[in-house]
Amino acid sequence: MQKIKEKSIEAFLILCASITVFTTLGIIVILSIETFQFFREVSVFEFFTGTEWTPLFAIKKYGILPLVAGTLLTTLIAIAVALPLGLTIAVYLNEYADQRLKAVIKPLLEILAAIPTVVYGFFALTFVTPVLQKIIPSLSGFNALSAGLVMGVMIIPYVSSLSEDALSAVPKSLREAAYGMGSTRLQTAFKVMLPAASSGVIVSVILAISRAIGETMIVAVAAGQEPKFTFNPLQSIETITTYIVQVSMGDVPQNSLEFRSIFAAGITLFGLTFILNNISYWMKQKYQQKYE
Amino acid sequence: MYKLEARDIQLYYGQKHALKGISMAIKPNTVTAFIGPSGCGKSTFLRCFNRMNDLIDTCRIEGEILIDGRDIYKDRINVVDHRKKIGMVFQKPNPFPKSIFENVAYGLRINGITHKKFLEETVERSLRQAALWDEVKDDLKKSALALSGGQQQRLCIARTLAVEPSVILMDEPCSALDPISTAKVEELIHELKNKYTIVMVTHNMQQAARVSDRTAFFYLGELIEYDDTPTIFTNPAKEATQNYVTGRFG
Amino acid sequence: MFKDSLFKYFAIFCTSIGLIVLALLLFDIFSKGLTRIDWDFITNLPSRRPERAGILTALFGMMWIVTLTILIACPIGIAAAVYLEEYSSKNRFAKFIEINISNLAGVPSIIYGILGLEVFVRLLKLGNSVLAGSLTLSLLVLPVIIVATREAIKSVPNSLREASIGLGATPWQTIQRIVLPACFGSILTGIILAISRAVGETAPLIVVGALVYVPFVPQTPMDQFTVLPIQIFNWTSRPQHGFVVNAAAGIIILLLFVFLLNSIAIILRNRHNKRVKY
Repeated sequence: MQKIKEKSIEAFLILCASITVFTTLGIIVILSIETFQFFREVSVFEFFTGTEWTPLFAIKKYGILPLVAGTLLTTLIAIAVALPLGLTIAVYLNEYADQRLKAVIKPLLEILAAIPTVVYGFFALTFVTPVLQKIIPSLSGFNALSAGLVMGVMIIPYVSSLSEDALSAVPKSLREAAYGMGSTRLQTAFKVMLPAASSGVIVSVILAISRAIGETMIVAVAAGQEPKFTFNPLQSIETITTYIVQVSMGDVPQNSLEFRSIFAAGITLFGLTFILNNISYWMKQKYQQKYE
Repeated sequence: MYKLEARDIQLYYGQKHALKGISMAIKPNTVTAFIGPSGCGKSTFLRCFNRMNDLIDTCRIEGEILIDGRDIYKDRINVVDHRKKIGMVFQKPNPFPKSIFENVAYGLRINGITHKKFLEETVERSLRQAALWDEVKDDLKKSALALSGGQQQRLCIARTLAVEPSVILMDEPCSALDPISTAKVEELIHELKNKYTIVMVTHNMQQAARVSDRTAFFYLGELIEYDDTPTIFTNPAKEATQNYVTGRFG
Repeated sequence: MFKDSLFKYFAIFCTSIGLIVLALLLFDIFSKGLTRIDWDFITNLPSRRPERAGILTALFGMMWIVTLTILIACPIGIAAAVYLEEYSSKNRFAKFIEINISNLAGVPSIIYGILGLEVFVRLLKLGNSVLAGSLTLSLLVLPVIIVATREAIKSVPNSLREASIGLGATPWQTIQRIVLPACFGSILTGIILAISRAVGETAPLIVVGALVYVPFVPQTPMDQFTVLPIQIFNWTSRPQHGFVVNAAAGIIILLLFVFLLNSIAIILRNRHNKRVKY
């Protein structure tokens, strides 16, 4: 009797753990089926090389490149902000700040990642853009620049916290050896500690990139809804995520080609982040082994 | 009739051959001490008696272990029921993060006993047997983690006694305790002998000499010698035993 | 040495940038929206006129969504974590699930929206309902809960498990009576952080069809709904200034929830860390 109870509990637990597998499977299957349907009407070649994306206009064109360009542009701006800032903060917290300061600063910075992204969108649109317009008069009301900058601030803690964890994981003896040979703090930090923690740092950056690519609300609010094949940050653009939101909020009939286009856009997005996540997982496994 | 019997036990951790053909018979109401240098297999062997090694994935075991004449590895024995008859006290005191009362009552509660009077009586009796009652009787609701190390270890003994086992396995029960607490636990072991069969692993040879009736010396996964405690310490048959008990190695 | 202190000041400057932006953001939002918050704002239904619009339906929608999400995601997440930590030996299946969970944690939230739209809204015909939204968010926060619970379970010392097993407890009795109670605090911290995530989530709910304009409070899990972030999104994208003020006011309320949840999580974590180490 007890055996049966134990076995059925175990079966239930396995079932719960399997739900995560079904989720992944569900995502892949659904995106694939609908995308397959989509590609029966749109040529794959046009999709991946076309520079015009106008599914919601009278003359429909399905070239994903403008959306990819918009996504990459905002991501690039965000990383350009988050990488130097996050890395410097990580080194500072690890090498310079005393433990009490670190215990205060780290959670404070992590608040940045806890704020709902729609709030950042609002901030980018109603505060950052008007301020920037005073400096750059040609900046359009919706633009990649302010969305990217704000997104960069949002992902600072991804870089700083995870990199700091990686730096902390470097054996103390290494730092002591560097000091013992007469290195300054700066040399120790950048010539010894950072290289030793490099894979952990790279993992943190990859995760931040993946987060920026998938970010939706900031760009949907502040970057605009005009798919343009451009890398000019002053213009209004559209990202993959914004397009999905745009179609979802509109009155596009389900089962139409326009509606299916969100799955094709979705699978592009999923593919990008999936590759990045797997690289980071694989790297993490490697460097964890190194110090165990 | 022997209480515990091991017949040609072979135990492997993955590729490692940890116990090499160990046979031993233990009489009821005795204290048996396992001695030997670290990594000699004495703790591993102790854990065979209540199948604690089952928890380790890579562990494989051959041979027979008989308790009251029943093979606990071959017979279709219910491991869980079996473990209830074999109490175990561990190296470090490991009270549950619960009250003192709930720690001792745990073994009863998992058997579905909820009768309040019976629980209270059993807790008191077990704590008395473990010589802890007078120290904690007013604080039964307090967290067990607030007790001192020595008290915690006696609480763990009381917790074991509450389920009324017939055998108690002790894995270096005093290694984490100060000398005064150690003395108390040793005294306790001496008294418990009347009702239980006790097998203990110890690093401390004086302790083995003080409390045990029989002593087994292990070395590199083999049982080198097993005899009456005075014989092992004064007139051992093997040279290795002689060297170990006189402190020449180990 | 000069370079060293130069870097130090640069680093302090960098650290402050993050915090300054945070302060600016809060200041900007409070200065725009604080005066708009009054009892009417909280109890009014949405309206075409900004000065009469309120967040009642969004607040109730959020309560519904959060409650259902907790009820669905917590048991599944904790059970999955227990399986991975306590039952599965390091076999291929466990390894596969582990990689899978780490992957899911990195999937953009809007993709979960697409999944929810196809499976819950269209396939299971739940429509644009509270239930469909909650199920979608449950899948989204599941990795967060599983990872947090696994960390919590790992922190329980093995000696406690051995003691329990040694007394004749079954594996499940050991988990239920010893392991889970011992790490309850850390699990709760993880769950609260997951809730905080769910409260601010916008994109997946837009995709599963949460409405922008809902003139009534949801009564059952099958009703249509809106939530606070979507209401804010909607107000932000309107041209009239009055709606921008409304959006700022809505954000203040939203941030109140998020900060409250995060503070509880931090306090819980600190209290747990302070307790006796085994």
